Amino acid sequence: MFSFELLLDAVVIGVLLGCFYAAVSLGLSISFGLLDVPHVAHPAFLVLASYAVYFLNEHYGVDPLLAGLLITPLFFLFGLFAYRLYYETFERRGSDAGVRGIAFFFGIAFIIEVLIIMQFGVDQRSVTADYVGKAWRIGEMRIPFRLVVAFVVAAALTILLTLYLSRTFMGRAIRAVAQDQEALRLMGANPIRIKQWAFGIATAVLGIAGALLIIVAPVEPTLDRTYIGRTFCVVVMAGLGSMSGTLVAAIILGVAETVVLTLFGASWAPAISFAMLLGVLAVRPQGLFGRRS
Amino acid sequence: MAPGSQAPLLRISALTKRFGGFIALDNVSVDIPPGQRFGLIGPNGSGKTTLINCISGAFRTEPGTVTFRDEDITRLAPHIRTRRGIARSFQIPRPFRSMTVAENLMVGLDFAADTSVIVSEAQRRDTMMSILTRMGLASKANVSATKLSQVELRKMELARAMATHPKLLISDEAMAGLSSSEVDEVLDLLMSLADQDITIIMIEHIMQAVMRFSERVMCLEAGKIIAIGTPDQVMANQRVQEAYLGT
Amino acid sequence: MKRNGMYFWGGAALFLAGALLMTQVIGNQYPFFACYVILQFIVLAVAWSILGGYAGYVNFGTSAFFGVGVYTAVFLFKATGVPLAVQIAAAAAVGALMGFALGLLTLRMQGIFFSIATIAATIIIETAITNWRYVGGASGIQLQRPAVMAPFDNYVEMLFFVQAVMVVLAVAISRYIQNSWIGRGLQALKDDELAAECTGVPTLRLKLTACVISGALMCAAGAPAAMYLQYADPASAFNLNYSVSALAMSLIGGTAHWAGPVIGAILLGVTQQLLTVTISSEVNVLVLGVMLVLFVVAAPEGIVGLIRKVRSKRNEGEG
Repeated sequence: MFSFELLLDAVVIGVLLGCFYAAVSLGLSISFGLLDVPHVAHPAFLVLASYAVYFLNEHYGVDPLLAGLLITPLFFLFGLFAYRLYYETFERRGSDAGVRGIAFFFGIAFIIEVLIIMQFGVDQRSVTADYVGKAWRIGEMRIPFRLVVAFVVAAALTILLTLYLSRTFMGRAIRAVAQDQEALRLMGANPIRIKQWAFGIATAVLGIAGALLIIVAPVEPTLDRTYIGRTFCVVVMAGLGSMSGTLVAAIILGVAETVVLTLFGASWAPAISFAMLLGVLAVRPQGLFGRRS
Repeated sequence: MAPGSQAPLLRISALTKRFGGFIALDNVSVDIPPGQRFGLIGPNGSGKTTLINCISGAFRTEPGTVTFRDEDITRLAPHIRTRRGIARSFQIPRPFRSMTVAENLMVGLDFAADTSVIVSEAQRRDTMMSILTRMGLASKANVSATKLSQVELRKMELARAMATHPKLLISDEAMAGLSSSEVDEVLDLLMSLADQDITIIMIEHIMQAVMRFSERVMCLEAGKIIAIGTPDQVMANQRVQEAYLGT
Repeated sequence: MKRNGMYFWGGAALFLAGALLMTQVIGNQYPFFACYVILQFIVLAVAWSILGGYAGYVNFGTSAFFGVGVYTAVFLFKATGVPLAVQIAAAAAVGALMGFALGLLTLRMQGIFFSIATIAATIIIETAITNWRYVGGASGIQLQRPAVMAPFDNYVEMLFFVQAVMVVLAVAISRYIQNSWIGRGLQALKDDELAAECTGVPTLRLKLTACVISGALMCAAGAPAAMYLQYADPASAFNLNYSVSALAMSLIGGTAHWAGPVIGAILLGVTQQLLTVTISSEVNVLVLGVMLVLFVVAAPEGIVGLIRKVRSKRNEGEG
């Protein structure tokens, strides 16, 4: 039953999977981690992106990664619009934004789910590309090529976003707005515009992340429910808003999932991210890797 | 009656509060005798609000103890401290926004009224109205808390605190942002409450008000007590002058 | 106040009498099938509102409580064959315990953290039940209804009446809470938790109380569902649709008054029944989502809030 090789296999796959989880969580790390938006619809946006990629791939034969890149500007605009709507209806009114803001995103997630079902049905969908379905062999170990693609793209995405947030003017403004909105206002910048921009970026990243999601495994309309657990687990564990923390937390989750899968079987897999999330929330709500002060 | 001749109402001993690496309160000890009008001053960020958060229970302290009426309350939850007789107002008013002024007070009467005196619903209503009348808010009883002016909000917070029949009332900058005539109004209110055997800790930036009100003043700077004594003594203290006027 | 109470209990008695009369007069099964679902959603929405509405803690875990209610009944029925009333009572007890445990774990969290934690708990419990062979595991379990009791001549009619009784119970409890010191305390902590603590409100204890009552009602509402469908499987018993429905119905109806969730549940429940029959079940979920978002954006106080607004306008016009 149990063998060391199997476990090693699980850890390697887990690390690759973890990088992929980081890629799908980065956007949430900005929108929820930095901007404090209760973005429960983040995973639904992600699945929506996957279906857009599927559509382009199925009907026009566009490579999934390219398709992901193509929809990125659209998602950016979508993000700008979504934040504006959220800001105008909740943040600006102030009182009791909590309850209704959460319900708002929950409702949006549901609408997206149903629209996908009505358009594409409940069946699983996948994409075709050269790198889907092949595998590398290293000795006894078999590493699916699609995971390697996801790993490379995810790593690149994380590095790019980290650089963006630390090196560019706008990136630094985004981090500043998360820490002290008033100070930024005093400096003559418009914090709302910056937050809107940041939310746009967070949503744009989902274009690529959605492509990765459907490259790694087939998608179905209700897949977002599982990813509520994964993405929030990663972001909360990372300590809100930390990009490098997001990568580390995602790898921990990836390894935990594959190891449990290997040891106990697939039927327990859905609960792992949620159990870790619950554990982190109950014991250390500020995250494992500190928090922005 | 000289302070120290009787058991203190509130005793704070060796209180320290850290936030991460930042020390907000550093080994603070002070006794406040019953009935005293106690002024707490200090520059912004000196630890005044942290100290009253520790007294009212919003923050837990470690190490250090808070003793109230000879009982160690260091580990008690805020609502139990309120029932023991510690009430407060907030620096930035925190009314219950979905309620009227009367309902705001009823919360205090429902959960922390003196049950040895107030038993029936009718008695609660009477008490509520008499507090509102004393605070000059009777005409506002059925107005939503969101419709109040700044000075009315300040008064309502004090009224809500009074509904919990406190022995110790902590007023956290209840005069900030008020006009000078309004400051006098609130000051007179606090004076009249002090006359009714309520010990009051007043935190204030308006120096004239503190000096007029207090029998004893304590000045904090960077989490430490730099001066304590009569208003005149504290004002004459060189470190206080430096802290306040800058160098 | 007293007169209000008389009206309320009179109305409740009339409602139950009407429901009972329906079971004796109407021969067709379909109305009971449809009305049962609506009644079930009234209980869920009212129960959700006790924590989500009065206290402002957005619980995404309605389906967890509902599902546990279903499986409590399934387990008891399979293991001992006890009657429906015992299944429901046991489910309520399990729900109360679960509300207490979950509350202790999650009610110190605020806002979105609490909500996410409740989803997490739902999935974990669902996964555990999926791996529990005795009650059928992932593939579910078939159930044979026992003989029906007098005065009912059909099991669905009996389930319908039982659910009607639970509606009255849930509404009575919710109404009592709203008008009592518990309700005032919950409202205070919803507005401002620290200010409530400092005004003497035992916030954690009140939240736990609300969570226990809400959980017990949700579990009880789920218990008869197994017998209603004669089948239970984890994916449908723990379906997130229950969570979004309970939440949407409460918020659309309005959470400031006990009648809000009732109005919301009737409105949405009836619409859903009509849509499912005439168009499709996808469309009814879509309508639910769209209505939720519309109300949250445009009428934040729900239908109750709209009614209040119209009334106060009219009063101003007269005065």
